[in-house]
Order: sequence, then structure tokens, then C-alpha cells
Amino acid sequence: MRFIRTKAVIATVGLALSLAACGDAGDDGGETTDVEVQENAGDEFDDGTAMKEFADSGEITIGVKYDQPGIGFKGATDDMPVGFDPEIGKILAASLGIAAEDITWKETISDNREPFLQEGEVDLVIASYSITDERRQVVGQAGPYYVTGQQLLVKSDSDIASLDDVKGTEVCSVTGSTSLENIKAEGAKPRGFDTYSECVDQVLSGTVDAMTTDGAILLGYAAENPDELKVVVDPFSEERYGVGYSLDKPEMCQWIVDTITQAQEDGDWGSAFEATLGQSGVDTPEPPAMDECPAA
Amino acid sequence: MDAVISNFDEYLKAFGLTIGLFVVSGIASLVFGTILAVLRVGPVSILNKAAALYVTLFRNTPLLMIFVFIFIAMPVLGYNFKVVENVEIAGYNVSAFFFRACLALTLYTAAFVCEAMRSGVNAVPLGQAEAGRAIGLTFSQSMTLVILPQATRAVIPPMTSVMIALAKNTSIAAAFGLAEATATMRAFTNNNADQRIGIFLAFAIGYIIVVEVISLSSYLVERKVRVAR
Repeated sequence: MRFIRTKAVIATVGLALSLAACGDAGDDGGETTDVEVQENAGDEFDDGTAMKEFADSGEITIGVKYDQPGIGFKGATDDMPVGFDPEIGKILAASLGIAAEDITWKETISDNREPFLQEGEVDLVIASYSITDERRQVVGQAGPYYVTGQQLLVKSDSDIASLDDVKGTEVCSVTGSTSLENIKAEGAKPRGFDTYSECVDQVLSGTVDAMTTDGAILLGYAAENPDELKVVVDPFSEERYGVGYSLDKPEMCQWIVDTITQAQEDGDWGSAFEATLGQSGVDTPEPPAMDECPAA
Repeated sequence: MDAVISNFDEYLKAFGLTIGLFVVSGIASLVFGTILAVLRVGPVSILNKAAALYVTLFRNTPLLMIFVFIFIAMPVLGYNFKVVENVEIAGYNVSAFFFRACLALTLYTAAFVCEAMRSGVNAVPLGQAEAGRAIGLTFSQSMTLVILPQATRAVIPPMTSVMIALAKNTSIAAAFGLAEATATMRAFTNNNADQRIGIFLAFAIGYIIVVEVISLSSYLVERKVRVAR
């Protein structure tokens, strides 16, 4: 009897822990779109370019995030990540004649995006990767393919309604992120966690007062828990998501810009948005204009 | 390195928090670990077994899991330790985050302190305990007057290792809401992707200084209190 009881206790504790640790990331933004795959793509590109190599080998490795519903999300049992970033990746791969199922996806976290590109671990990074001057010193960033801004996620009964209300409160985000720096500048106590889902758990359990990051990500979480969570405050920063590539292959920039511009014009960009971020109820925004590529 | 030099106050604040975590949980785990060691060598069987169970449990659990339990699981169960924020000590309020991190570090480190302390007790010749008993000292008297003072002197080197491990273990708090050195390093690299190596070196040097100060002071203490045998 005692043994059975011990097992029951262990099972209960284990269950509580695992429930708490994973949170419920849900399956928001689980839809995907079909992108037409370019045939004979290899002929389109000049010899010696990176695009020619990808098209000829039929292989490309793309780094995305796995913990941002709507942007880039992959559950433990899913085969492929879903979200707006993977959709952009599919559009880019399709122009090289590579079908969605032939893309190798790799999880990148904020910390390892530059090293992954520099060491060739991934060919592209499409991981809510804000364009900054410092980053452009070490890697290439083409885009922006999406522009969002920082907002706050709070409990539905929270008193926080404006940016002034966050002074002295505890606000969480991902450790080391720009969002955390920005909210610190507003007078809040920054609380960094390893993942967004841990941070959401902190808001739900009342340990912190709010979570902050790009509005797009927050909407994804609010959509999973509409009774308990809401997104407040107008965007108070501008994050311009770019596609990261290695500076060793500067020719990729123009191809990324051309492909995304094409997708914006023929509607693939819009349907990618509606299938993912659009699920949380926001209107499809006007596609942003791309930066010019640096002279190669 | 430029990023660190131009934000040197941030850098110092980050290591200040790292040292704060180390000092508070270091003192707490030394006290708690010594109590555990006394229970383990003591004559009361039930306390003896309870302390042994505690040590087995916490020494074999990864520190990260203890952090996850205290920071993620316990708030869900309703224990978020927000009460400590209402307690004012000399005009300062301790944040619940700092308290939780110290709790996790103390629970974990105390198990190692207990074992180090027990090795020290074993190093005291048996005749010392018998002599204490022969002159009529109680268990607690012979512990505090005869055995622990000698044991403490004997355990300085292993205890230093436990404390150095604790100083480095504070970096786990980076992923749980505290802007200590490791978390701040990640913020620096995120903002200054072009200075990755310089930033890493600056923070690595910071940790080396912290650990060197601990080992140097333990060396000085050891020289001072060494038992002449």
C-alpha cells in the first residue's frame, strides 16, 4: 500500500510540475497556406549565387522560433512549425523550387540568431528578428516584411490601462530582449524569463503584473485565454522584422526583397497573415515597404 | 567592450545583484546546512532520518528543477511569496523574486553544506566527543563547544568549493526574472550583436573576480584558524 501511495504522490507532483512548466501553448495559428512552388527555379539564378546552390540542391535550412503562437510556434508533437514567420520561409523557399516539406526547420532563440547565421547552421533566420544597425554589422537583414510594436498583456481585471500605470510594477518578457529594456525605461521592474510561455504563466498566476513584447505575440496568447487575459496600450515602439542572412552571401538580399515584394503584390503575403496572426482578430495591415539592399 | 564600458553602472548593478544572491543564500545555507548536519549526527533517530531524506532529495535534484518548482509551480498552487514585499527591513523591501531565488539556492546548497559539515564532524577524533561526554556535557553542549568548532576548521576547503559552486549557480536566476550578471550579459549581447566577444569576456572576468575573492578569503581564514595537530 505504501508503495502505491508513494507512486501516487510522485505522479501528482510530476503532473503538477509538467503542467506548470509547459503552460498551454495551444494550437493558435495552426493553419497553413499553400504556396505555389516555382518549377525549374535553378535556371532563374546566376551561376555561383547562393540561390542557385539552394535551387540545385533542393535544400534550405531556416531558423524560426518555436514558442511564439502566431509568429513561429511548434508544439512538442508537431512535425512543422506554424506561424507567420514559417509562412514567409515557405514563400522564399517556393521561389527556389523547394516545397514546404523539404525545408529543414531549426529552432533559433534570440541569443543564437547571429552565431547560427555566421557559422552556417542556418541559411535564413526568420524569427521575429528586429532590424537594428548593430545587427546589420554582423549579419545581413533584408526587409522589413512585417512591422509591429511593443504592447502589454495583462489580466482582464488589471488596473493597468496606460503606459504611465506600469511605473513600479513588475513586467516580464524574455531575458535579454529589447522589450525588457524598453519597459525598464518606462519605470517598470523588468523580469526576464527564458520563454514567453513561462512569462505568460507568471501573469496568469499573478506573480508579475504584465507581460510585454511585440503586440503580435501578445495577441496570440490573449486569443488562447480570452477570459483571463487582454492586450492594452497602443504600440510604444517600432519593431521591423527582417529576414536574416549571412554577410558571406550578400546576393541573397535582393532575392529576399524581390520575393517578398512579389508576395505582397500577388496576395500570398496577405493570405499568410490571415492564416496566422490574423486568427487573433486583427485586420491585415498594409504590407511595409522594403529597405534598399546595401550595395554588394 | 565599448558597450560594457559605456554602461558600466549597469554592469556593476548586475554583479551587485549576483553578489547579493550569493551572500544571502550563502549565509542562509551555511546556517541551515549546519543544522541539518547536527541533526544527521545527532541521537534522535527520526530527525536523523528526516535530515538524511532531505539531503538525498535536494542533492539529487538539479537546481534548475528546484527553480522551476518555486518560480513556476508554486505560484500556480497559490504560493507566490508576495507577502515578503510588505516586510520592511531598515527601509528596504525585499522583492518576492529575490526571496524566491534565495530560497531555491538555499534549499539546494544546504544539502551540500550539510554533507561537507558531516565530513568535518567525522574528521574530529572520536576521543574528543567521548571526553566531552565524560565531563558531563550534553549533546548540544559537546556539539557547540567541542565538535563543531573543530569540524568547522577542518571543512574550510570543501566548504569553499560549495560556496564557489553557489556563486556560479546564482546565474540560474537569470532565466527567472532577476537581472543579475548573466541576464544582463544577454541583454547586452542582444543590443550589441557586433560586440559579442568583448561583452562575454567582460562578464566572464566579473565572475572570475567574484570567485577569486571567495577563494582568497577562504585561504586567509584557513591560515588563521587551522588546527595545529
